[in-house]
Amino acid sequence: MTSIGTGYDLSVSTYSPDGRVFQVEYAQKAVDNSGTAIGLRVKDGVVLAVEKIKHSRLLVPHSNQRILTAGKYIGIASAGWMSDTRHLVKRVREETRNYTDTYKTKAPAHIIAERLGMYVQAYTLYSSVRPFGVSTLLACMDAKKPQLYMIEPSGHYVGYRGCAVGKGKQIAKTEIEKLDLENMTVREAAKEAARIIYSAHDDTKDKLFELELSWVCEESDGLHVHVPQDVYDQSVQFAERSLDEDDDDNEMEDDEDL
Amino acid sequence: MTQLKPGEVSLGTTIMAVQFNGGVVIGADSRTTTGSYIANRVTDKLTKVHDRIYCCRSGSAADTQAVADVVAYHLELYTAQHGEEPTVKVAASLFQQICYQNKNNLSAGIIVAGWDKVDGTSVYEIPLGGSIHKQNFALGGSGSVYIYGYCDKTFRPNMTKEECVEFVRSSVSLAMTRDGSSGGVIRLAVITEDNVERIFVPGNQLPPQYLG
Repeated sequence: MTSIGTGYDLSVSTYSPDGRVFQVEYAQKAVDNSGTAIGLRVKDGVVLAVEKIKHSRLLVPHSNQRILTAGKYIGIASAGWMSDTRHLVKRVREETRNYTDTYKTKAPAHIIAERLGMYVQAYTLYSSVRPFGVSTLLACMDAKKPQLYMIEPSGHYVGYRGCAVGKGKQIAKTEIEKLDLENMTVREAAKEAARIIYSAHDDTKDKLFELELSWVCEESDGLHVHVPQDVYDQSVQFAERSLDEDDDDNEMEDDEDL
Repeated sequence: MTQLKPGEVSLGTTIMAVQFNGGVVIGADSRTTTGSYIANRVTDKLTKVHDRIYCCRSGSAADTQAVADVVAYHLELYTAQHGEEPTVKVAASLFQQICYQNKNNLSAGIIVAGWDKVDGTSVYEIPLGGSIHKQNFALGGSGSVYIYGYCDKTFRPNMTKEECVEFVRSSVSLAMTRDGSSGGVIRLAVITEDNVERIFVPGNQLPPQYLG
C-alpha cells in the first residue's frame, strides 16, 4: 500500500490522476505509526483503551493522559498527533456547548460525530492548511444507548461496535472480532480491552508503555471517566496473566517439536 | 425592547395555553390593530412551527411572523439532521435564543406549546425580554392582565380535554370583552399525540357573561 505520490502529493488540494489525495493518505500514516487505541461498545456502555507509549522512564505514571473528556459525557481517544487531538477536543467542547446553548438539550452522539467529521474534512480542502493527523474514537452515552464513532483524517466517520487504530490495529481488530460484544458488560469489556492492548503491544519496538483505560456507562452515571482503580488493577492483572499463558502455550509447542 | 413603530401593525391580543393529560389547548382572540383601526378582525394568531408544536403570537405582527418563520425552518432542518422530531423544549429554546439576542429590535411575546414523545405535553412562555418559563398554563398579550385572577382561581392540574377547552374559551372571552385591543372570534387548537384539532368560536357565540 506504500506508494509515493510524486508530484501530486505536494498539497491537499490536489488529486492524483487515479483519484487519490495523497496528503490525506500521508496523514493516515501518522495515525498508523502511533500507539494503539481501541474502543469497545457493549451492552451497558463504551470502553476506551490506549497503549500509552512512554518515551522516558522519568515520566510520572498516569501523567500525560491520552484519553480526554469533552462535555463530561463524551470520551475521546486517538491515535496520531496528540497536539492535533487536543485541538479537536477543544472543538468538540465548543460544538457541544454551542448545541446546548441553542437547543437546551444534550447533543446526541451522531450529531457530535457529524460536526467533528465536517470540521476534519474542512482541513482537506485548502492548500494553506494540513489535514489532522489523528483518527479519533468518540465514545458517548445517548439516553442510555452507548455509541462509538471513529473519525478519520479524511473526515469520514462511521459508527462501530468495536474498532482499533494505530500501530497494533491489525492484531487488535482480529482479537476484537472474536469477542461477543453484544452480551458483554463494561467490566468484562475493560478486562478484554486491557488484554488486547497488551497483546497488540510490540515489545521489540517500544519497551515502555502504560495502559490507559476509560469508560462511559450506566455505572459511571453516563459520565466519561477513567475506570476506578480496582477495575484498572484487575484489568491489568488479567492482561498480564493472559500474556503469560500465551507464553506458556508457546513453550509447550517447542517441547512437542522435540 | 422597542415600542411598536408609529403605524406598525400590533397583535394587541389575548393568548393562552393550558396543559392537560395527553395534550395541550391553545387559544387566542383574532384582532390585529394599527392604532385604533382593526386591520384584521379574523386573524389566526396560532401558528404552526412543526407538526405537533404551535406558538401563540402577541406584540408586533411583523416581528412574530418573522421569528416564527425562522423557527419553523430550523425545526424542519432539525428533523432532517437528527432523524427524529424535535421536542417542544427545542422549539421554545430556539424562540428564546432569537428573542433574547435581538431583544432591542423585537417586540414579541410568544407562548410555545405542543406534544413530543420525550416530554409529552409542554407549555413555555417567552415574554418581551427573551426569558423562558416552563409552566402548566400560560397567559400573554395585552388582554391577559384582565383574566389573571379568573385563571388562577379556575385552573386545576389534570383537567380533562373538555374542561380545558371550556377554561380557555371562557378566559379569552372575558379578556376580549374588557381589552380594547382584543376581540373578534376565538380560535382554539387542541394538540395531542394523534392530531391537532382546530375549534372556531364565532364572535356572537361567546360564552355568556355579564355585559353591563
